[in-house]
Amino acid sequence: MREPSAETTLPPPTERYTLLGWVYKNLLTPWYNALLTLLALWLIYAIFTPLLRWAFTAARWEVIAVNLRLLMVGQYPKEHLWRIWLSVHMLAFVVGLSWGSLARGRRRIGLFLLILPWLLALIPGFSIATRTHLLILPFVAFIAYWLARLGTSQVRKHLVTFWTSFFILFILLVRGLTPPDGWFPVVPTNVWGGLVLTFLLTVLGIVLSFPLGLFLALGRRSRLPAIRLVSIAYIELVRSVPLVTILFMAQIMLPLFLPGNMNIDRVVRAIVGIVLFTAAYQAENVRGGLQAIPHGQYEAAYALGLNGFQTNLFIILPQALRHVIPVLVGQFIALYKDTSLVAIVGLLDLLGIAKSILAQPAYVGTQREVYLFISAIYWLFSYVMAYLSQRLEKTLGVGER
Amino acid sequence: MSEQSIIICRDVHKWYGHFHVLRGINMEVRKGEVVVIFGPSGSGKSTFIRTINRLEEHQKGQIIVDGIELTSDTRNIEAIRREVGMVFQQFNLFPHLTVLQNITLAPIQVRKWPKEKAEKIAMELLERVGIPEQAHKYPGQLSGGQQQRVAIARALAMQPKIMLFDEPTSALDPEMIKEVLDVMIELARSGMTMLVVTHEMGFAKAVADRMYFFDKGQIVESGTPEEIFTNPKEERTKLFLSQILTH
Repeated sequence: MREPSAETTLPPPTERYTLLGWVYKNLLTPWYNALLTLLALWLIYAIFTPLLRWAFTAARWEVIAVNLRLLMVGQYPKEHLWRIWLSVHMLAFVVGLSWGSLARGRRRIGLFLLILPWLLALIPGFSIATRTHLLILPFVAFIAYWLARLGTSQVRKHLVTFWTSFFILFILLVRGLTPPDGWFPVVPTNVWGGLVLTFLLTVLGIVLSFPLGLFLALGRRSRLPAIRLVSIAYIELVRSVPLVTILFMAQIMLPLFLPGNMNIDRVVRAIVGIVLFTAAYQAENVRGGLQAIPHGQYEAAYALGLNGFQTNLFIILPQALRHVIPVLVGQFIALYKDTSLVAIVGLLDLLGIAKSILAQPAYVGTQREVYLFISAIYWLFSYVMAYLSQRLEKTLGVGER
Repeated sequence: MSEQSIIICRDVHKWYGHFHVLRGINMEVRKGEVVVIFGPSGSGKSTFIRTINRLEEHQKGQIIVDGIELTSDTRNIEAIRREVGMVFQQFNLFPHLTVLQNITLAPIQVRKWPKEKAEKIAMELLERVGIPEQAHKYPGQLSGGQQQRVAIARALAMQPKIMLFDEPTSALDPEMIKEVLDVMIELARSGMTMLVVTHEMGFAKAVADRMYFFDKGQIVESGTPEEIFTNPKEERTKLFLSQILTH
């Protein structure tokens, strides 16, 4: 393609306004727009005045401040809290590495993420230890960012390794290794809770359900009838049952099928339920992407001598998954929010802890504050996932080639 | 003769449901021969060429490529596909890989060559087809003619003994047909065994050793380009040639 030269072409016409000109053109003319503007202003006023008045005068935010540790980590023993903090610092480090090696430009969002812990540290009610950790966090992230800038390509090559080892270390740290009297005692899962539990359920749910969904999607398109039928039966069966039912079955019925001396941990049971449920949906999402690949791609790969496995791995899946990133991430966000259902089967995740706090007589009547707070947390992480998905699409150039 | 024959087809039949696409094709191709297959659309010529690397299955008869008979044995099929390159009407490049990655993927994964060797050979092939400067672009950024030349380079990178061309210029603008044909003519003169489904009669005249005229799933007539163009025996061949050569 030839670029038109700069002398011969003029830039496309753009409209320029002053602020007042913009307001006049878009908000005030013709007359019905002015009317709609007024109506909208009144609505905003009517909704937000009482909300803000409540938030700043009547709301009893101390319920959050006092129970913040519960909401974040549940009843995780205080003397082992350092493990969680260590995990958070490791997370900041890996995020910093990713940012430094992947992001081009985009300094503003990076800066915001850096400052966020400091802003949090300003909130009243934290202990000195918490504040210290929050103050150190940005430095950890920044050091990682700076390290990644030094060796961008090497770091980028190993990002997956970094993230994988982070998650493994995270789970090991939270769980522990040895019996209670050992050097690194196991913390039983019945005291896991709050955001940490929600986070664990989400991460393990995503990491384990994705490959399973992938295999089910490929299985459903297999030429071997046995594999195809099993895949179809599994997908359709699971999709026809609500997640709550699956969670109940995993908690209550699963032990009935297992030999008496075998006891599977409650958290593991919940994860199994979530994984089995999500995999069925992800399988269908992936299959949608597979169907968008023209048959000529298979033929070209086969003609070159690639076998079925290589064809899927190098040719079909990379294209198919790119097409369905939005749906895949949508499913993961749904999974993240659906982890709140484990509260029904008695696990104290973020929602479960919130409910248990509200059950205490001292905090009667603070539902609004507590639910608003956990909604904000759910929103924050959902938004981060959605944002990352957009970045991923841009990096992979979806819809551009 | 059959000692030198690298492709042997004996009484090949194929059905799509009740439709009898191939009705007893017999053909032998010797090493280094260039064979052009032509005929009206729906005559089974594309289907036939695709049976040779088993993209289509034949249901009766025998196909032996490079001494290996094509059966449902997967290992035989993969062995034959390694030795048989194919170029498609619609190019079928991999859009998510760069030109260089398109060419090196199979040598690295199938032939197990080290990356450096595969890339060196890929660059030589891109020189040969005349577009080394496009190596790091994506297929979507190339013109049709350039894409088809990349597809030829991709097939050649496996160092095949036989090249199949399935209407390689039919999806191209007229001005791009020449650049692809030039590459194919050069390839034919270098001694490659080629089976080409095409209506480019200029190409056939220039390099074909033999031509086969297909109609309704059968070989109606075959011979050297000389015989076919100057002295066709069958009425059907004369009619078809007069139709494609008059304008």
